[in-house]
Amino acid sequence: MWTDLKRILRSGFLNFWRNGFVSLASILVITITLFVAGSLIFFSAVMNATLEQLQNKVDVDVYFVTEAEEEDIMSIKRSLEGLPEVALVTHTSREEALAQFQERHNDDFLTLQALEELGDNPLGASLNIRAKDPSQYESIARYLEEREALQVGAAQIIDKINYYQNKPAIDKLTKIIQGTKFSGAVIVIILALITIVITFNTIRLAIYTSREEIAVMRLVGANNKYVRGPFLVEGFMYGILSALFVLLLFYPITLWLGGKTAQFFGGINVFDYYMNNFGQIFLVLIGLGIVLGVVSSYFAVRRYISKKYLKL
Amino acid sequence: MIHFDKVSKLYSNAAALDEVSFSISPGEFVSIVGHSGAGKTTLLKMLLIEEWPTSGSVFFESVDIHGLHRRDIPEYRRRIGAIFQDFKLLPHKTAYENIAFAMEVAGRPEEEIESDVPHVLELVDLGNKMWNFPHELSGGEKQRVAIARAIINQPDVVLADEPTGNLDPITTREIIEILKKINDVGTTVVLTTHNKGVIDSLEKRVITLEGGKVARDDKHGRYAI
Repeated sequence: MWTDLKRILRSGFLNFWRNGFVSLASILVITITLFVAGSLIFFSAVMNATLEQLQNKVDVDVYFVTEAEEEDIMSIKRSLEGLPEVALVTHTSREEALAQFQERHNDDFLTLQALEELGDNPLGASLNIRAKDPSQYESIARYLEEREALQVGAAQIIDKINYYQNKPAIDKLTKIIQGTKFSGAVIVIILALITIVITFNTIRLAIYTSREEIAVMRLVGANNKYVRGPFLVEGFMYGILSALFVLLLFYPITLWLGGKTAQFFGGINVFDYYMNNFGQIFLVLIGLGIVLGVVSSYFAVRRYISKKYLKL
Repeated sequence: MIHFDKVSKLYSNAAALDEVSFSISPGEFVSIVGHSGAGKTTLLKMLLIEEWPTSGSVFFESVDIHGLHRRDIPEYRRRIGAIFQDFKLLPHKTAYENIAFAMEVAGRPEEEIESDVPHVLELVDLGNKMWNFPHELSGGEKQRVAIARAIINQPDVVLADEPTGNLDPITTREIIEILKKINDVGTTVVLTTHNKGVIDSLEKRVITLEGGKVARDDKHGRYAI
């Protein structure tokens, strides 16, 4: 058993080395496949980061009438925080709203003067609500409306919810985000399938050139394990070497793209992402490479050992 | 030891073999002659279980070899040494490795391989070409490597399918001499050939096939077609 394994390994290594050109071609094709796979990892990372940023820009403000009691506002805040859809609720008091207003109109003398004429603070308090997902704003807005409607007798304290003003924009963004995620997944799957088929075919061709050898091995009385083993070892090596090559290749590429992506998409630097997630990316690419190499080899050889193929 | 019992083989309704029956005893040297398409190669393929008879059976030591389980075929093949017109060496292995491969698949230990392979290469007079690849050897040398590989596991039978078909007359004689030596130590040899000179010089049993049938079977035959 142990000797068999040793012999198969040695034979695989030797074949890999002596079939240099075929090995090189196979490695190149797997390298392309893994490069596509790796690029998809980066692409989806950039995509997700960008979408997340966009999502964070969407929020809903609830404005209260100036007479609203601080206590009632706080109770609404607490009940909102109890909702599973809500990520964050920020409270802005009337005084803070005024301060912000004055700050914003710092150099607008006329407005400030008008404000002073009023004497009283015309601004109401507000709650800023951020949902976990943009599609949830609708239900949050409806929740607030229903709650307000139930306050029969008591004074209505909500002045307006700006969701209804922003509704078209929010809906559109939600659609874009969902669409992007979906089409991203479709592209990933199609590209992955194409490259897998190409890899599989290349290895099949590589082994096709060895079909006579396989026939001879069987003729000498080698059992299937002995015939298949070295090819699997070769496939394994193709996978490992391609993955290492791709990992190496990504270093200068992400380094170069890092600054640009950070600028363009805002926030994410693919080089930092690569370095921070190196362990995971390493495992994914190496694993994928090995699976591609070994599985393609397995099926390619099977063709020649399951059928009778000795040409005498 | 080998017995063909009314073996027929049809290829799309044309008979390659037509109810062929004969027996070969241990230690015999049998030549099979006939025109191209007479069924010689089909016959050897049957013995290697690369072809299945349409009807009839082939026995090897009273075992119907076409009834063997797939799993057991490799082990059966190790008991048969095969030599071909086109040598069928592994191109990416040296002469030494080609022979060692046959021992490896038979599960022989490393020490045995290291002592036996050089020995058998000396036997076929290739001691100095041990580390050459097949493409670095002449036709005669390749065939001698193939013979060394065929006999390394001490098979019961050596099948030689037109082993001299690609070789010049002098090399042909050398190869036949080696086959005779193999037969002298008790190994059964089955040889197919077109070569009249070879058959006539051997003076051994000759089976003549014609149109898939056994036309003649002579104890000390001559080439007569």
